[in-house]
Amino acid sequence: MGFQILIQLIITGLAWGSIYACIALGFVLIFKSTDIFNFAQPELMMFGAYIAFTLITTLKLPFVLGFFCALILMVLIGSLLEMMVVRPMIGEPVLAVIMVTLGLANVLRGLTGLFWGYEELQFPSPFPEEPLIIFGAAINQAEIYTILATAILLVIFFLFFKYSGAGISMRATAEDTRTAFLMGINVKGVFTASWAIASLVATIAGVFLASFTFLEPIMGHVGLKALPAIILGGLDSVHGAIIGGLIIGVTENLAGFYLEDYLGSGINEITAYVIVLIVMMIRPYGLFGTKEIERV
Amino acid sequence: MLQVNNLEAVYNDIILVLRGISLDVPDGSIIAFLGSNGAGKSTTLTAISGLLDYEDGEIMKGTIEFDGHAIHKMDPQEIVRLGITQVPEGRRVFGELTVDENIRVGAHTRRDGKAEVEQDYNMVLGYFPVLRDRLKLQAGFCSGGEQQMMVIGRALMARPSLMMLDEPSLGLAPILMSEIFEIIKRINREEKVSILLVEQNALMALAVSEYGYIMENGRIVLDGPSKKLMENEDVKEFYLGIKEGEERKSFAEVKHYKRRKRWLS
Repeated sequence: MGFQILIQLIITGLAWGSIYACIALGFVLIFKSTDIFNFAQPELMMFGAYIAFTLITTLKLPFVLGFFCALILMVLIGSLLEMMVVRPMIGEPVLAVIMVTLGLANVLRGLTGLFWGYEELQFPSPFPEEPLIIFGAAINQAEIYTILATAILLVIFFLFFKYSGAGISMRATAEDTRTAFLMGINVKGVFTASWAIASLVATIAGVFLASFTFLEPIMGHVGLKALPAIILGGLDSVHGAIIGGLIIGVTENLAGFYLEDYLGSGINEITAYVIVLIVMMIRPYGLFGTKEIERV
Repeated sequence: MLQVNNLEAVYNDIILVLRGISLDVPDGSIIAFLGSNGAGKSTTLTAISGLLDYEDGEIMKGTIEFDGHAIHKMDPQEIVRLGITQVPEGRRVFGELTVDENIRVGAHTRRDGKAEVEQDYNMVLGYFPVLRDRLKLQAGFCSGGEQQMMVIGRALMARPSLMMLDEPSLGLAPILMSEIFEIIKRINREEKVSILLVEQNALMALAVSEYGYIMENGRIVLDGPSKKLMENEDVKEFYLGIKEGEERKSFAEVKHYKRRKRWLS
């Protein structure tokens, strides 16, 4: 019995971890290439989920089609936001740019409330209700799909950044913007692309999160859990963000179940931060963050 | 091919770094561009590459022309596409990328098909055979010499007609330095790439170049055929460290303040 529970907890943890990882990935992508910490990332996730919701329930599109349309729309919205809101801020102090993203977060949340209301909405979950039995453990199918989808997404990203010309240019720009200019890389284009991709992963996270729970304008607060994931993995590490997200997801679930009796309920809410504190003491730049390789 | 006419540039709207520079790089030549630290050599290159805007600088006056195009108002990527690449000071490899990726990034602006790019890739490895064994290594872990070769190769991948090298000898052992200069000469000859060479090592630079410019305090103070420059008294004393009557100048005897440089009068 204990074993089945363990499996259940781990899978649920991985599913939540995947969502954290997707949000964290958005943060890291934008931070790496533009050096801006985008506080509106969780709101992009929320916004994407609402758009998917509207496409599926109001326009009656089939789930998969609606989902894809939402992705495309969010890529456009993300690029537009970058061009209209962030680009004019190039060259301004970093703090000012960060405040702009905070403002953007509030605007997005406000707009969502205005259009869709502040009540919780039930997201039409496309996944079968009946649980899947693995090794005697009952697993929610939505969780399995979340993990699978995230895994596929990450493989695609890995291949994109590793082998495609555009991916290599993006990595080069992330590392050294000035030299990227000298190589003739369209740096502004790369900035826009990073916002577009960040919006894409945000939407994926948002749709899965909404099908676990429900839609509401403040669902972006889950993004607070992505922060420890980023810090854990290292602010400038893509795979760090993913692994960080998974670690946070799993430990949070395990702690919530096994430690609840000793430390009281709600322990799962703080686990993430406790882990981060410990990791920070040992490796201040995160598990995978770079201490700069320098050679003179 | 490249003509800089009376260029003036400021940083932060106030600091005048270039006070009317003119220089000329003819087709197929190697031009040396010398000067002490802070003279404005790198700023000139930055201006030519179109990057001044991004460093809070601005061209106030003057023009930069390349093959008949006025390039001083163009975006950096357009300038690269026209055929000017820069090998920046301090090498600036992309440390997290592999050597292979570093070289390939240089071909970013190319639109003439995979086969051509592949051919140039092999050409680069032909010039720098050492890099062959390093292709899968992270560039940040390579030695200084290898990194310098990598960035020259990277710049070649854009198939430039003008390559601007900013202190390629910086931090290299003398033997490596002469090897790099040898290769630069070969590239100039074999690939028909004009070269604008910014250097602190005046002796090396004047030896490979045909014509030289000497810059101080944002101005070109002296220019002429490299051979002539090498015989100039001031150049000898201040850049080559050779004084009349002595074999080689000892640093203990340097008395900079004793005599004004003739060209300042």
